[in-house]
Amino acid sequence: MAELTSLRAAVESLVRDGDSVAMEGFTHLIPFAAGHEVIRQRRKNLVLVRMTPDLIYDQMIGAGCARKLIFSWGGNPGVGSLHRLRDAVEHGWPHPLELEEHGHGDLSNAYVAGASNLPFAVSRDYAGSDLPHHSDAIRFIECPFTGERLAAVPSVRPDVAVIHAQKADRKGNVLLWGILGVQKEAVLAARRAIVTVEEIVDELEAWPNACILPHWIVSAVCRVPGGAHPSYAHGYYERDNLFYQAWDAISRDRESFLAWVKRHILETDGFEEFKRVLQEGVAKEVR
Amino acid sequence: MNAQVPFTAAEMMTVAASRLLRNGDVCFVGIGLPSAAANLARLTHAPGVVLIYESGPIGAKPDVLPLSIGDGSLAETADTVVSTSEIFRYWLQGGRVTVGFLGAAQIDRFANINTTVIGDYAHPQVRLPGAGGAPEIAACAGKVILVLRQSARAFVERVDFITSVGHLDGGESRNRLGLPGQGPVAVVTDLCLMVPDAVTRELTVTHLHPGVGAENVRAATGWKLRFADAVKETPTPTDLELDTLRQLQRRTALAHGRAPEA
Repeated sequence: MAELTSLRAAVESLVRDGDSVAMEGFTHLIPFAAGHEVIRQRRKNLVLVRMTPDLIYDQMIGAGCARKLIFSWGGNPGVGSLHRLRDAVEHGWPHPLELEEHGHGDLSNAYVAGASNLPFAVSRDYAGSDLPHHSDAIRFIECPFTGERLAAVPSVRPDVAVIHAQKADRKGNVLLWGILGVQKEAVLAARRAIVTVEEIVDELEAWPNACILPHWIVSAVCRVPGGAHPSYAHGYYERDNLFYQAWDAISRDRESFLAWVKRHILETDGFEEFKRVLQEGVAKEVR
Repeated sequence: MNAQVPFTAAEMMTVAASRLLRNGDVCFVGIGLPSAAANLARLTHAPGVVLIYESGPIGAKPDVLPLSIGDGSLAETADTVVSTSEIFRYWLQGGRVTVGFLGAAQIDRFANINTTVIGDYAHPQVRLPGAGGAPEIAACAGKVILVLRQSARAFVERVDFITSVGHLDGGESRNRLGLPGQGPVAVVTDLCLMVPDAVTRELTVTHLHPGVGAENVRAATGWKLRFADAVKETPTPTDLELDTLRQLQRRTALAHGRAPEA
């Protein structure tokens, strides 16, 4: 049953050291505020699952929250590398990071299988690819009906799913629209779910087929306006492409990254203060 | 009518790639160069092409090129937007996609694609972003068109890692895998157009872009490259192609505050 609560309280009670955590959102609605809160509360040894780690996991990996990453595309979209992810993989900093990698179709399927209470997902992929040779998580099976050889991957069953959405009503029913990614599947595959939203409204005013997560499958709903920044929230704000570009320089070396995390996350008491500090930084640069 | 104004190698590449899309194609589009070429096709000779992006938009008609694969402009201009799992399960694996349009960090003589690592997997020299949707597109799209800049670093005898399979070891080796799609049918670069040989499946240069010599292409290739018996010159960009591409790039630069790759 959804509890309307603060993000700090939700992360305190629902994200634990050693959990597998899926913070989803495909370019759109990435739950950055929640990612910051996990860093702020210094969670450790997390198994992070996300199709596109993006800046949110680059920050969490660099801050030392993760021991393993399950993913399918690990770049800074439109910019280049995720330097903290690369540093962890190439040099083991701040500590070694175990990788389990997939293709997008395959990993999205693994969420569907998890939501469906199945142990694995099947697909027609990977014959001829080297990915199965370097992963225990991609194997081949024979169809019991046709004898076809198909790829199988274990389902994703996170301890916690975390997503950002546009709206919730006062009961905690959640509405999202635009690019949907695999957020619904991630929530349904997970034991617990935290949803941050742009606003809480009296009526969702949604079409019958709209993507709605009923309040009784969500553990906590937290109002965090702007909580997907620097990604975007369709109908609310645009993607901050300049921040994605700026991240390349911030994250390129360890010192500037650590200074950024300290000033923007560890020394702020929440996302509102983060936004204020970020704005001050931007204003300084403009001057 | 062909353009009298000079054009860049990058523009030639995008134009040549765009010409390979047809009205009626349903194209699964990669970000970057493939997206520029696919949208140029849609804005010129193939207004009926259906563009699908892996984030879920079907029938996207963006006015500016997306900076990321999940830009809001893709959702706003699409016929519909479905979940990422649905895009891959129903639409790609379901057999609705006629062409996959992909980029790559590294390819080899049989058009196998590497976007995973340079060097050894366990101890990579360079860790690349990884697969994205390419393994599934390479497996299930009706056919695949690759577009990337040509250099000896990118065009290697054998890729360090096959992320997404092309024609594997050549000959019948891909067919024996039993994948639904026929694999790469063309590789478009800033220097030339290559297609797989009908029998050996080895990439073979069929067209050189204007002003490019065979020796330029050889120097930018890491294996002993084959040329077709009668290599042709790629037709230069038309005024319409060049104007449309440049306007698209201009709108994109304005919208994103900088120009994406041509």
